[in-house]
Amino acid sequence: MSEKRDWPLFEVFIRARGGLDHKHAGSLHAADAAMAIEHARDVYTRREEGVSIWVVRSADIVASDPAEADALFEPARDKIYRHPTFYNIPAAVKTL
Amino acid sequence: MSGVVDRQRALREYVLRLGDLSLVLGQRLGEWIGHGPAIEEDLGIANTSLDLIGQARFLLTYAGELEGRGRDEDAIAFLREERDYRNPTLAEQPNGDFGQTIVRQVLIDAFQFELYAGLEDSGDERLAAIAAKALKETRYHLRFSGGWLVRLGDGTLESHARVQHALDLLWPYTVELFAEDEVDRAMAEAGIAPRLAAVQAAWSARIDQLLAEATLQRPKEQSYSWFGKRGQHSEHFGHLLSEMQYMQRTYPGASW
Repeated sequence: MSEKRDWPLFEVFIRARGGLDHKHAGSLHAADAAMAIEHARDVYTRREEGVSIWVVRSADIVASDPAEADALFEPARDKIYRHPTFYNIPAAVKTL
Repeated sequence: MSGVVDRQRALREYVLRLGDLSLVLGQRLGEWIGHGPAIEEDLGIANTSLDLIGQARFLLTYAGELEGRGRDEDAIAFLREERDYRNPTLAEQPNGDFGQTIVRQVLIDAFQFELYAGLEDSGDERLAAIAAKALKETRYHLRFSGGWLVRLGDGTLESHARVQHALDLLWPYTVELFAEDEVDRAMAEAGIAPRLAAVQAAWSARIDQLLAEATLQRPKEQSYSWFGKRGQHSEHFGHLLSEMQYMQRTYPGASW
C-alpha cells in the first residue's frame, strides 16, 4: 500500500429504549456510513445499550464557536422569569 | 461407521460436529484479538468469536448429555485428542491475511446460516432452540463478512487479488461441508436435520450472489476427500489445539 488514508470520523448516537431520545455515545472511524453502523453496533451496543443507532460524519456537524459563548449564552442569564418556577400548580394536576 | 447407525449415537455425533465447527472457528477468530486492522474491526471479530464459542458451549453440553458419560462442555472442548474433533477442515485453516479470514468466514457463515435455518424446524426440540438463537447471531456474522468480501473484492487491485487468491485457496475445502454420510442421512431421515443437498443449493445461490457483487470468480470444483467430520484433520489443527488446550492441560480444572 503506497498511501494509508485514515477512515473518516463518525459520531454515534444510541437510543437506549423505545420512547427515549438518541444520546451521543461516542465516536469511531469507518470507511462509510454503512460500515459506521456496523462498527457502532460492535463497539457501543455490546452490553445491550441500545435498540437504535444513528451515525453522522463528524465533519457534517456544525458547532457553535466557544469564543462566542458570551454573546450566545450570557443574555439568558438574567432572565430567570423564563423558568416556569413562578406559577402555582393546581393541586389537581399531578403529572406536571 | 457403516450400516444402520444407532439414532442416539448419530445425534450425538451430529451435535458434536456442529459444536466443533463453532468452537474451532471461534478459536481461530480469537487469534485476531489485538491484531485487527482497526480497533473497530478487532471488536467486530471478537464479537463473532464470542458468539461462536457461545454456540459451542450449548452444543457441546448437549453432546455430553447425549453421551451420558458425565463429560461437560469443558471436558469435551479442551480434553479430547486431535482425531476426536469433528469440525470440517475449512474451520481450522489459518487466518492468513484479513482477506483470507474474511473468505473463510463468508463460506462458513453462509453454511451455518442455511444449516441453522433448516435446524430451526428440527424434530429435536433442544437443537431447534439452539439453532433459533444461533441463527440471529449468524445473520449478523454474514452481514459483517459478506460486507467485507464485497469491499475487498470490489476494492483496489491489491485487495481484489488477495481475496481472489484466498478464495481459490479455500474453495476445495467447501466440498466437505456438503458431503453427506451415514450420520447426516440418519438425521435427515429422522426429521432432525435438513438435507445437505438442500443446504448446498441455498448456500451456493447465496455465495454466487456475493461473489458477483464482489466481482470475484467462483473457482472450479475439485475433488476433496479429507474429512474433518471423520476426525481427519489438516497439519494446522494440532497447533491450534495445543494453544487452545494449553491452560486446561497445564492447570487441570482451573477456573476463574
